[in-house]
Amino acid sequence: MRFLHQTSLLAVAAMLARVSHAAEIRIGVAEALTGGAAQYGVACRNGFQVAVDEINTRGGINGDQLRLVIEDEQGKKEEVINVFKKLIFQDKVLMIFGPTLSNSMFAAGPVANAAKTVAFGTSNTASGITDIGPYIFRNSVMESDVLPVTVATAVKHYGIKKVAVIYGNDDAFTKSGHDVFRTVLAAQKIAVTTTETYVKGDVDFKAQLTKIKAGGPDAIVCSCLAEEAANIMLQARSLGIKAPFIGGNGFNSPKLFEISRLAGEGSFVGSPWSNANPAPVNVNFINAYKQKYNAEPNQFAAQAYDALHITAAALKSIKLSGNLGSDRQALRDALPRVVINGVTGPFKFRPAVTRNGKPGGFDADQKPFIYIIRNGKFAPYTGK
Amino acid sequence: MLSQQLLNALTLGSVYALFALGFTLVFGVLAVINLSHGAVFMVGSYAALVVVTRFAMPLWLGLLVAMAVSGTLGLLIDVLVLKRLRARNAPHLMPMIATLGVAIILSSSAQGIFGAEILRFPEGTIPAGEFIVGDVHARAIEIGIVGIAFALMAALLLVIRRSRIGRALRAIAESPRAAALLGINVEGLFHGTAFVAAALGGAAGVLIGLDFNAITPLMGQPILHKGIAVIILGGMGDIRGALIAGLFLGFAEVMSKAYISSQMGDAVAFGLLFLILLVKPSGLFGRVLERKA
Repeated sequence: MRFLHQTSLLAVAAMLARVSHAAEIRIGVAEALTGGAAQYGVACRNGFQVAVDEINTRGGINGDQLRLVIEDEQGKKEEVINVFKKLIFQDKVLMIFGPTLSNSMFAAGPVANAAKTVAFGTSNTASGITDIGPYIFRNSVMESDVLPVTVATAVKHYGIKKVAVIYGNDDAFTKSGHDVFRTVLAAQKIAVTTTETYVKGDVDFKAQLTKIKAGGPDAIVCSCLAEEAANIMLQARSLGIKAPFIGGNGFNSPKLFEISRLAGEGSFVGSPWSNANPAPVNVNFINAYKQKYNAEPNQFAAQAYDALHITAAALKSIKLSGNLGSDRQALRDALPRVVINGVTGPFKFRPAVTRNGKPGGFDADQKPFIYIIRNGKFAPYTGK
Repeated sequence: MLSQQLLNALTLGSVYALFALGFTLVFGVLAVINLSHGAVFMVGSYAALVVVTRFAMPLWLGLLVAMAVSGTLGLLIDVLVLKRLRARNAPHLMPMIATLGVAIILSSSAQGIFGAEILRFPEGTIPAGEFIVGDVHARAIEIGIVGIAFALMAALLLVIRRSRIGRALRAIAESPRAAALLGINVEGLFHGTAFVAAALGGAAGVLIGLDFNAITPLMGQPILHKGIAVIILGGMGDIRGALIAGLFLGFAEVMSKAYISSQMGDAVAFGLLFLILLVKPSGLFGRVLERKA
């Protein structure tokens, strides 16, 4: 009896020791896990999880384990504000990843910024996101960095003189993509035959495409998410339109080919990530993701994965004091110095140029890859 | 361009009509705006998808299973939810809110089971046939949808206008209490109607899922809004009206996208709807304050 008592005391002591040695670093994840944006939010969460598993099995960060506090923000502005407040004030996380949509970041970013807590978007590409304030970071490459390169490459390849444009006009992502396209097309002096729109959830694009066909464009510029883009491609081909497409970030998903199969042949797209990138870090990521989720990763998962490694690099460079406020500040100050070679290629931050002149957050400073679609795959574009 | 747009409008209109048939049938007989119809429609397309992909069965079997599954679901909704509200003489708004709840449960369950991503039938599920006349392109599935929408409407009209069951349904639509006094099995016919309407919804789900190549947990929502517009415009509960109003909405939408602006598609369609209701508040075929099946 006495012996038993001693051993149980020992066990308790050992457990306590382990707990105090391996503290956990709590990181909030606010992504849309249900609702219309869930297809992106879930991919992001999975990307974080793959990276966290990897880091924790290798012994964590300076001996501390990472723990994700995951909340579903449902892709709704009201919800995302609640989730941010819960993570910051109740769960007392060190920082927050997310939210999924640019719209949501515009709503919840100011909450994090006011609380001097980093909000790190991995899927927000609308312009103006990092104008919110100095605690807003993103590693998602902006459309304004990618599209000029994509358009110029396609124009040169096909000798394009006039294009038709189609985009979703009720979504911050596709809408801001279109605004960039419009600027780029004007700058490169490409005529636009017609500009057509649709709204989220539309599945029938034939009316718009019939109109596009009548204008006889050399290419169709499409600021759309992958699912819509794929259906647009299919319906365009079924209407007898042969012009290639030029796409934005939304094209970057294996879904595009699952749905469109060969309808997108010859189309151009710029991307911060590709499953075809043979770098070992990328191959490892793809395998780990497939093993854990039994599904192909997409760009959103890749950027989330990189974001977590960027944060891990920042955390490794600082010593956490246990005082939440100063730890949050230390992380904020360490992040801009991080330079890594991730699954999306070499990455570093660049201070945002804000429209109001106030200090802003940090954007990704990364070069896009340009791909052409051949045999139902993204092939790195290497010239004619 | 015009002939292609006319065809686009015809197929879109048939899609709306196909969805609205079951919706309007339930309203005509049960006097309930069944907001779970969109979710039942979604369940139908998932049911067929499972049959075609997991069990590698042909599409016609998938369609039958989809109709059986969504029909049973409709029956369950009637027995578990609507019947209880009827028994308590609940006011009109109650079944509407209750079915809205059912819709949320169904679409959340579908998301839990199948995930949020867009699924689709495997390639080759439907014949890839395409008909090209001059500049007009039509796919086999589109022609199928138009044909099926018209055929189903004709069959429903025939049943309701010519058969004994139809006569009983019309009696119920006039007054459930009087119909019960005449010896009509009112509850039985309510259940039957709920089954048939949901089965029609399920069939529409399969066809539309095939045509638009997209099956998602939320696919029933946008079409539910259009469906409500269609049955209001057609005259609540009127089957012929649902078809004509469906076509009308399809034409209004496509033509405004084609000749005004694609930003204005819904605005023009619903603006016209509003104008028509100003002139004819009971819809194209409805008579004020009278229910009909």
